[in-house]
Amino acid sequence: MNAPARPDKLIRGATGDWEIVIGLEIHAQVTSQAKLFSGAATAFGGEPNSHVSLVDAAMPGMLPVINAECVRQAVLTGLGLNAQIHLRSVFDRKNYFYPDLPQGYQISQYKSPVVGEGEVIVDLPDGESITVGIERLHLEQDAGKSVHDQHPTLSYVDLNRSGVALMEIVSKPDLRSSEQAKAFVTKLRSILRYLGTCDGDMEKGSLRADVNVSVRRPGEPLGTRCEIKNVNSIRFIGQAIEHEARRQVDIIEDGGTIVQETRLFDPNKGETRAMRSKEEAHDYRYFPDPDLLPLELTPDYVEDLRGQLPELPDDKKARFVRELGLSVYDADVLVAERANAAFFEAVLVKQDGSPRDAKAAANWVINELTGRLNKEGRDIAASPVSAAQLGTLLDLIGEGTISGKIAKDLFEILWSEGGDPRELVEARGLKQVTDVGAIEKVIAEIVAANPDKAAQAKEKPAMIGWFVGQVMKASGGKANPQAVNDLLKRKLGIAD
Amino acid sequence: MTDPTSLTLAEARDALRGKKLSARELTDAHLGAMEAARPLNAYVLETPDQARAMADQADVRLRAGEARALDGIPLGIKDLFCTQDVRATAGSRILENFVPTYESTVTANLWRDGAVMLGKLNNDEFAMGSSNETSYFGSVVSPWRRVGSDTKLVPGGSSGGSAAAVAAHLCLGATATDTGGSIRQPAAFTGTVGVKPTYGRCSRWGVVAFASSLDQAGPIARTVRDSAILLRSMAGHDPKDTTSVDIAVPDYEAAIGKSVKGMKIGIPKEYRVPGMSDEIEKLWEQGKQWLKEAGAELVEVSLPHTKYALPAYYIVAPAEASSNLARYDGVRYGLRVNGRDITEMYEKTRREGFGEEVRRRIMIGTYVLSAGYYDAYYVRAQKVRTLIKQDFETCFANGVHAMLTPATPSAAFGIGEKGGADPVEMYLNDVFTVTVNMAGLPGIAVPGAVDVQGLPLGLQLIGRPFDEESLFSLGQVIEDAAGRFTPTKWW
Repeated sequence: MNAPARPDKLIRGATGDWEIVIGLEIHAQVTSQAKLFSGAATAFGGEPNSHVSLVDAAMPGMLPVINAECVRQAVLTGLGLNAQIHLRSVFDRKNYFYPDLPQGYQISQYKSPVVGEGEVIVDLPDGESITVGIERLHLEQDAGKSVHDQHPTLSYVDLNRSGVALMEIVSKPDLRSSEQAKAFVTKLRSILRYLGTCDGDMEKGSLRADVNVSVRRPGEPLGTRCEIKNVNSIRFIGQAIEHEARRQVDIIEDGGTIVQETRLFDPNKGETRAMRSKEEAHDYRYFPDPDLLPLELTPDYVEDLRGQLPELPDDKKARFVRELGLSVYDADVLVAERANAAFFEAVLVKQDGSPRDAKAAANWVINELTGRLNKEGRDIAASPVSAAQLGTLLDLIGEGTISGKIAKDLFEILWSEGGDPRELVEARGLKQVTDVGAIEKVIAEIVAANPDKAAQAKEKPAMIGWFVGQVMKASGGKANPQAVNDLLKRKLGIAD
Repeated sequence: MTDPTSLTLAEARDALRGKKLSARELTDAHLGAMEAARPLNAYVLETPDQARAMADQADVRLRAGEARALDGIPLGIKDLFCTQDVRATAGSRILENFVPTYESTVTANLWRDGAVMLGKLNNDEFAMGSSNETSYFGSVVSPWRRVGSDTKLVPGGSSGGSAAAVAAHLCLGATATDTGGSIRQPAAFTGTVGVKPTYGRCSRWGVVAFASSLDQAGPIARTVRDSAILLRSMAGHDPKDTTSVDIAVPDYEAAIGKSVKGMKIGIPKEYRVPGMSDEIEKLWEQGKQWLKEAGAELVEVSLPHTKYALPAYYIVAPAEASSNLARYDGVRYGLRVNGRDITEMYEKTRREGFGEEVRRRIMIGTYVLSAGYYDAYYVRAQKVRTLIKQDFETCFANGVHAMLTPATPSAAFGIGEKGGADPVEMYLNDVFTVTVNMAGLPGIAVPGAVDVQGLPLGLQLIGRPFDEESLFSLGQVIEDAAGRFTPTKWW
């Protein structure tokens, strides 16, 4: 994309402004029970070398057999990225020697990936939206893990990950700032989680990024890029880009040139450092893997999967705004995680199938529930308050049975003790008092005890707030605030 | 009673079922013959205990009248096949002590049908060679000698151990593999029958890979019928090898004796190569005559890209091999020679673990796949391969059922005689056989004559994809006309 550079995206150097150009290669572990070409389990953890088949260990005469589930997941992902699905793709061998690469080659897709060009719409915190091109998506094997710190002179190799299926998703160099890059990865992760094709767990290494960064003067051709390998958190992606762009600008402004190389990000120091230069780069000697036939898909297969696509965040968000009248902000917050959106949608529906008030539901899910979950570091899946409980709580407010304030107390009870909200309201006397006579009695007592303030309130209607507070206090918070307000106004002679 | 090792596989099968012979007796006779034939160096490992145990189990079934297709038939297994708990070396030092925990599909199929394993047979290292001289375990000596000479001859390769063992009656049949001629060329050199099935007919699972797109397992036996019996058990779809094909395996033996009348046999004119001996020429003429007399129709055909087959083969095969052999790195199994660091460990392990020819092919393969050379070599070789395939398809589309060619350009040569200075001299042995692998077709080598030196010469029949049956029918015609060829025992 060669749109004119946006001034607010530029970084300032000693000699003028610079534009950052960023492209990402995301390695997403495919959610599947078994590895890409062997029947071995993909479970995380486990004793070293406990999930290793003869194929994963590259024993003589072993052959790869493609796992149909991994193909399905890759195609679903391609469809979710609005990408072209290639009905014929080819697995190639990428040859290099490394102790945690048992075959001496990685099976990947080089010239003919299963998924071609697509795009992702990314909403930025400032409200702007950008479209980021997807260059391709291909399937490949993960390598094992070398462990260097267990023995003074030897390294250990754990092959549990060897052969696990990865999707490499390559973006076009469409990103212009670390913010955009972070937002892109966040959005991509969200889509993958909606699709159920990758759990997106960056701590476990299920999602990693290689970050390509170059800088240029606005409007000039692309500069020389450096690739920062294996960055494993969204925050680090941002830091790595910031540091790398600044490093490149400094070099160029000092009269130097950028050397194309592979770099590593050190999260402790917050900087990138050279790993290997282009001269040392491997010649991977790619060629089609003769053990595997080309992967051929039928149009019916692809269409069938298209029909199985869940509603993705963009569509869901649009629907929340259009049909439920939510604000864009609320819709954004709710759709970011599939589980949150699902919880919200469950809250929306009454037992009889009729809808609840969407704005109130959104408020409660976003502010009370999510706020509380975040505070305790819990996942929505482990929420102590269920969607049904929260829904009933909303009904109780709607019916005027409890006040908003009591509702918060009720929420606390539900959170810590659980139970049926209606029964709790009955059993604990949380019902709102709407009995006009009872409220009038309290008002009369308070007005009688505070004649000066009553007189002042006639002049200064805002004083009514103090009376409302007194009445609510006297009623233990159970008085209906609207009724209190109305009755007070009448009593004090304040016009509406 | 006659010596049980003189029987053909079919005869032995009938004798076992007729209870004229026990599997144990048959196996013991072969174990004895193997011991006496150790100077041939055909076996790299004898497994007598296993053989007797398997024979005894076969005898139980034979006595109960529950005989399986190959019950009690003693076989030799090329050491390229992984055999559970029995060492499998691929003829290489790098796997000198490698004992697989798994059984190749092809051998598992043979044991399923009751066959008995006598031991593991010598072969060129990683099946790279045409004389069995590249084996880490030493050359195999052919049971054949030139008349009046005690010069040690090669049995051909890479399945030299298989061919020599079958020819010398050290087993009733053997498994072999063929990447560029490794079944058919040694069969021709030893007066035996070798079948290279259609690519995809036999599973490659558990067979040490040389060049995956060309490798195919097949049998070597003393008669066409015996080879048909063996192939039926070896072949079949295997979900563990996605290049194996899900097509029913016919009863190949039923094709033996079937009339070839009216079959159209192509005689490819490009197989008349410069320097081909008069004797080969004569044999080819004789072969045509035999088929004609049996009612087949001969037609001259053209396979215009034949001359590019050998150079293209020596790009494709080493390219795949360079990648297939990367797993032998000293990290997980096999030989490890330690070094200062991991790179030096790799270098030392692979320098010491692989022989000269294997190293040469890894270097060639690495070169032709390198950036800047890939298009010039590998891509062009693949294009040539497509053209070779199309040459055959055109002929078959014109009604040709099979082709008749010589199997090799010469008879067997002496150990150390060829390829010492120029490896290409050795590669030229495959000139008639590589096209078949490049096109993925079935081929059979059947002995047709002995030359003036008293050495066997073979004819090759090339068939349509998955039409091994026609090859067995045609091969039987040649065998009936030419007779069988047995070396005089000198060892």
